[in-house]
Amino acid sequence: MIAHRLQITCQTTALAELRAFLDKVLEPLHLTEQDHHQLKLAVEEVCANLIIHSHQCNEHDIIKLTVKNSKGQLIFEIQDEGEAFNMLDYKVPDLKNVIAQKRKGGLGIILVKKIMDEIQFESKSGTNTCRLIKRFSS
Amino acid sequence: MLSLEIIKEHPHHILTLNGEIDASNSVELDDSIRKMIDDGAQSILVDGTNLHYISSAGLGVFMSYLEDFQAEGIRFIIYGLGPSVLEVFKILGLDQLISIMPDKETVIKEI
Repeated sequence: MIAHRLQITCQTTALAELRAFLDKVLEPLHLTEQDHHQLKLAVEEVCANLIIHSHQCNEHDIIKLTVKNSKGQLIFEIQDEGEAFNMLDYKVPDLKNVIAQKRKGGLGIILVKKIMDEIQFESKSGTNTCRLIKRFSS
Repeated sequence: MLSLEIIKEHPHHILTLNGEIDASNSVELDDSIRKMIDDGAQSILVDGTNLHYISSAGLGVFMSYLEDFQAEGIRFIIYGLGPSVLEVFKILGLDQLISIMPDKETVIKEI
């Protein structure tokens, strides 16, 4: 099993760097264009949430990403040391409310939940770990 | 990278998006749409032919204007989206809320 690692600073301009890294990691897997695109999106949505909401774009904070490809599943492990945000506890907003309240947030978590097969979250001694799992039938 | 361009092609305002939209630059999309509304746009067409990526930050901008468009009778159409970007709109059900067309020819023919 090969693990790919990236560390980014908590600023939104790091998201392009994150996408470039994911392109490089996912490219050799020859996924469908849509799977590739959606996995990249889901991982970015989680990181963008952390950067903006847990770390208030503090460039001194970091997020660590590890991608593991194991037994027909891809595991994206995202770690930070900010305020714990467990998206499993987050009640996804109704789209109608998003429009009516002119909210610009909340959509990202809907995307992550729809794209990934499993989401795990744990917070231990100050480190939060969000694991996004996508399974592929081979 | 993202570049945005607004051109007026009477009676339309056409916003061309080139590149990728994420949380670092979605404010530019917001500013462009606001500018067209302030300019009195009655028909806003978004050319997404060269939009290669959009995250929820960008999608949320579109969503936040839907009520304004309705209240002010502004026609709003997105066209030219590639299959991967279009699929993201569909995952969220935005294709049911926003008028999305395959290309500019279809837009001109249908409206």
